[in-house]
Amino acid sequence: MKKILAVLLAGVLIFAMAACGNSGGDSGNGGGEEGGATIGLVVSTLNNPFFVDLRDGAQAKADELGATLVVLDSQDDSATEMSNVEDLITQKVDLIMINPTDSDAVGSAVASANDANIPVITLDRAANSGEVVAHIASDNVAGGEMAGKYIVDLLDGKGKVVELEGIPGASAARDRGEGFNKALEGTDIEVVARQTANFDRAQGLSVMENILQAQPEINAVFAHNDEMALGAVEAIKASGRDIIVVGFDATDDALAAVKAGDMAATVQQLPKEIGAKGVEAAVKVINGESVDASIPVDLQLVTKDSE
Amino acid sequence: MTTPSINKKSLLEFIKKNKPLVVLLILVVVMSIMNDRFLTPGNLLTILRQSSVNAVIATGMTFAILIGGIDLSVGSVMAICGAIAATMINSGIDVWLTVLAVLVLGLGIGAANGILISKGRLQPFIATLGTMTLIRGITLVYTQGKPISTTGAEPEITKAFAFIGKGYILGIPVPIYIMIFVFVAAYYVLMHTRTGRYVYSLGSNEEATIYSGIKVDRIKVFVYGASGTLAALAGIIMTARLGSAQATTGEGYELDAIAAVVLGGTSMAGGVGTIFGTAVGALIIGILSSALNLLRVPSYYQNVAKGVVILIAVLLDRQQKASR
Repeated sequence: MKKILAVLLAGVLIFAMAACGNSGGDSGNGGGEEGGATIGLVVSTLNNPFFVDLRDGAQAKADELGATLVVLDSQDDSATEMSNVEDLITQKVDLIMINPTDSDAVGSAVASANDANIPVITLDRAANSGEVVAHIASDNVAGGEMAGKYIVDLLDGKGKVVELEGIPGASAARDRGEGFNKALEGTDIEVVARQTANFDRAQGLSVMENILQAQPEINAVFAHNDEMALGAVEAIKASGRDIIVVGFDATDDALAAVKAGDMAATVQQLPKEIGAKGVEAAVKVINGESVDASIPVDLQLVTKDSE
Repeated sequence: MTTPSINKKSLLEFIKKNKPLVVLLILVVVMSIMNDRFLTPGNLLTILRQSSVNAVIATGMTFAILIGGIDLSVGSVMAICGAIAATMINSGIDVWLTVLAVLVLGLGIGAANGILISKGRLQPFIATLGTMTLIRGITLVYTQGKPISTTGAEPEITKAFAFIGKGYILGIPVPIYIMIFVFVAAYYVLMHTRTGRYVYSLGSNEEATIYSGIKVDRIKVFVYGASGTLAALAGIIMTARLGSAQATTGEGYELDAIAAVVLGGTSMAGGVGTIFGTAVGALIIGILSSALNLLRVPSYYQNVAKGVVILIAVLLDRQQKASR
């Protein structure tokens, strides 16, 4: 008898767990049709503050608009992502927002949702196959432009700058570079060197060392990401020269470097905005309104005076 | 209890003998009450398909655990086999040939584990921990950390390969057939062949098995070879399903497989356990993951819930064995 009790206890525990979970989000199990829309959000990982912020932004917006948000964590595993999407299809949610773990592998999951006639919105990373109604990501062109303008202001519109480029062909590198160069147009600022350091800190260091050897006069450096910027900072420190460095991404290391004055600024993505704009677009789609296929999210420049 | 025709004693006896099955049934009943979408054919097929990869790996793991060993390398074997399969498919090699070659690769890695353990006299935990890390490293070097999509080949071959993971026969997903085939084959080997008997005997008492003249080393190579082959098969299913091979595929899958085996009542000390138990264990884990999603349990709590269920199930099993 004791044993049956134990087994029953196990059952009760599962009940309790489930009840716990429900109290946090919504009241119903059946799909939550009773109030507003139900939106599924499959996040690549909730072990990374960037995506936790994305989730928080989406949740806040969903609460504001009266929609129910079901958040599932793929734990950076494409198979878990697939299962999560399938589970959302079973729940018959109105729309699925996916922040893919990988742009290729997510294709199968998107296709499954397409088959079930559930619209899909991708966040931050795009899907390479399947039908997606909208893609929401940071506007890297605007971010590059922001960094460029900041450098133009600091240099009073004239001087010599270096651009450290990301992996050739990568969309982030292309867009950030495009925006940066747009900001320099019409000024007396000359790009004296433009080289790739593949988003890598060690390469940022060695490439910058070579450029420092070749160029007697450099006023500023723009790197397509913080890793390269931090590498360049090391090279500049060793050379003893005074050069402004601006990076991109606002990583913890970079924010510390900005605070310490080693870097002038870094461009920060706003993951909460990505989540919020995702929910906004989702609600529009569910209500039958049309949305743009690509929705850019603004970025923000972090300097020493920012905070 | 609701069926008075069965007397109390025999019901108790049944529960005692089939604890994992009882846990599974409770899960199903509880879930059916809590969510009306749970007990639909569509959802059940989805759960079975989601469980298939873990079930296939867990079947190999059952062999390893039955002889008192363990195979931690399965997740890494999955990853390298998936990557090689994707490359072969991309270079236009026939699907059957690809599958065969990749299974042989898995067999080879598994057999190497077996040789390290038997001839090299390494602890299974240490030997497979080593190969797990080594093969993960090789996979990262080989793929350069980038996913390999299977879309580069002739569409015919890509489609045929995708069928393994995404296809349906008579309305039932192909991975489910593969899983059932693996269960049946493993059951047959364990219950109806001499090798199967030696596996149990090796797990219960290695000394006695050696003294009775059985070539223990060969059994070990066979067992780890089987585990490697099945991990390769899981890698093929996964790659076909996703249409791309990832360098990080299968990280932590060895633990899910071990959990399925132990949930199914197999003793970590070896010698005791069944394939049926492992099948039930794999289903419990599969249902749990899906159920927690259906019940909208926040993701951080899901791990807590899974851990609690595994501990309760194993504790119950422990009690049963102690009271024997």
